[in-house]
Amino acid sequence: MSAGTNALLTASAIAKRFGGVQALSDVSFHIGRGEIYGLIGPNGAGKTSLFNVLTGIYAPDGGTFTFDGAPLANLKPNQIAERGIARTFQNIRLFANLSALENVMIGRHVRTHATVFGAIFRGPRTRAEEKAIERRAYELLDYVGVQKRANDLAKHLAYGDQRRLEIARALATEPKLLALDEPAAGMNATETATLKGLLQRIRADGTTILLIEHDMKLVMSVCDRVMVLDYGKKIAEGPAALVQKDEKVISAYLGGDIALNLKGAA
Amino acid sequence: MSAAPRSAADPAPIERHPLLAKAGFVLVAVVLVLLPFALTGIGTAWVRITNLAILFVLLSLGLNIVVGFAGLLDLGYIAFYAVGAYVYALLASPHFGLHLPFWAILPVGALVACMFGVLLGTPTLKLRGDYLAIVTLGFGEIIRIFLNNLSQPVNITNGPQGITLIDPFRIGSFNFAQTETIAGVTFTGPIKYYYFLVVVMVLIVALNLRLQNSRVGRAWEAIREDEIAARAMGINTRNMKLLAFAMGASFGGVAGGMFSAIQGFISPESFVLVESINVLAMVVLGGMGNVFGVVIGAVLLSFTPEVLRYTVGPIQQQLFGRTLLDPEVIRMLLFGFALVLMMLFRPAGLLPSALRKRELEANRAPGNG
Repeated sequence: MSAGTNALLTASAIAKRFGGVQALSDVSFHIGRGEIYGLIGPNGAGKTSLFNVLTGIYAPDGGTFTFDGAPLANLKPNQIAERGIARTFQNIRLFANLSALENVMIGRHVRTHATVFGAIFRGPRTRAEEKAIERRAYELLDYVGVQKRANDLAKHLAYGDQRRLEIARALATEPKLLALDEPAAGMNATETATLKGLLQRIRADGTTILLIEHDMKLVMSVCDRVMVLDYGKKIAEGPAALVQKDEKVISAYLGGDIALNLKGAA
Repeated sequence: MSAAPRSAADPAPIERHPLLAKAGFVLVAVVLVLLPFALTGIGTAWVRITNLAILFVLLSLGLNIVVGFAGLLDLGYIAFYAVGAYVYALLASPHFGLHLPFWAILPVGALVACMFGVLLGTPTLKLRGDYLAIVTLGFGEIIRIFLNNLSQPVNITNGPQGITLIDPFRIGSFNFAQTETIAGVTFTGPIKYYYFLVVVMVLIVALNLRLQNSRVGRAWEAIREDEIAARAMGINTRNMKLLAFAMGASFGGVAGGMFSAIQGFISPESFVLVESINVLAMVVLGGMGNVFGVVIGAVLLSFTPEVLRYTVGPIQQQLFGRTLLDPEVIRMLLFGFALVLMMLFRPAGLLPSALRKRELEANRAPGNG
């Protein structure tokens, strides 16, 4: 697949430096519409930095993103969300003291319009919008499977439920691209299996997914293509099965010597 | 989903019992209507004290938008009260010879205060917590110092002497400051103001409740909970924070205008830092983010010092036959002691916000989900 009209997101030569640390250098890739694109690499490889640059939390030092046919230059995180990229966070960032339902309702903010005056006078349009927000939020809670906890505070949800609630909140913004930062972290095998089903369903419903994940079983079984980062550089990209056998990838994860030894043993 | 989804934002359990709620409303209304006459029985000063308490309720509700909803710690809130008060005083007193009607000036005061809110909000957008508190504290002091010194070279504020002979509210020949007998009932000036203030208070309480339970209110709460996540969810945090500052400030401006008219005299001394802290204490004591809690907090903190003022002396007389400690001194001591106890035993405030309350219930009965 080439970066043609079918690409939803194209990144070219993205670079980001923090003081003396080159967190990202010359990272280029594209994500096709309807793909589940995996992003893996050892700890500190720059995966989350790439997410933060993509979603506008940091400005890149070099390179450009093109999303859905237009560049994403100098946009603030809220504008990026408006353009159709929603994300979750590696260290869950829910609105802890609000209910699960309210968390998802806040996700609807960017697609709804009520102003202060609407809120104060509460005309028929505002009331209809409020109802629609609430209904959609319930649907999304149901979609990710935490509808039973709708009225519980987000911080009281089980860890796996919090991860799924974050996905529901991100989906509430109607993203074209859903960027998930380690959604399976801390999940047990059953929860991970449920998550895999959820990811496949989200893709089937038309949302493209960019997935950072350390759970290789999940990555290999769900991703169409995978990119491997190491020390801020792209070292491999391609279908999961091929990347898995790439020498550079193995040595990045296990250390160079071991990779060579493995090869020798084989 | 067979049952109608109940909004998690339903604030108080009282709403689940419509009949009880209705009875409660009627009771509160009756009390609010009869209160000034009951208070006149105790002493006319108490109606004035009540009026001031209501002004503090309005201030607390305004500050609650900034601190309670949006989570922005503001230690200079009294500045907006000052702006509203001075706008009213300058436009309705012999100082400039202007005597505009109050219904025209109150909105102007709100608007000017709102502009000052944006003025404070713009440079502090990236600040949070203690850093923001310091800047807002400085802002409050700047306003007060300006009011103190803007008597030269052009006399605008009349400096520390303040502005006197401020017009009371007037509609045609109906003067809020004069005693009048309507249908055999005597309405003194403070009683007339009382009814006006109660109407404004009810309006502002309703406005707060509606704001909280709306798209805008949720965006504020999202910013309070996690600003980065709020931005990632598409909330324009800059605009929403400025909106919070502007809304809070305009409430302060309205309260300030009414303060001017009721007192008839204002000076920079009414707008010192301690007043800002007092309003913040009302919000925290009542329960940040809970509209009714904040109202209760403001009423309690306004009345307690006054009640102590009138009781500490006589009680000592009764117990010891003479006044051992100066009532003025022991009053503030007891007041401070009460605040410390409050924060020890109810750190989330008298009426914690509905969600926090639910949290406590969940703690008591784990596994009820």
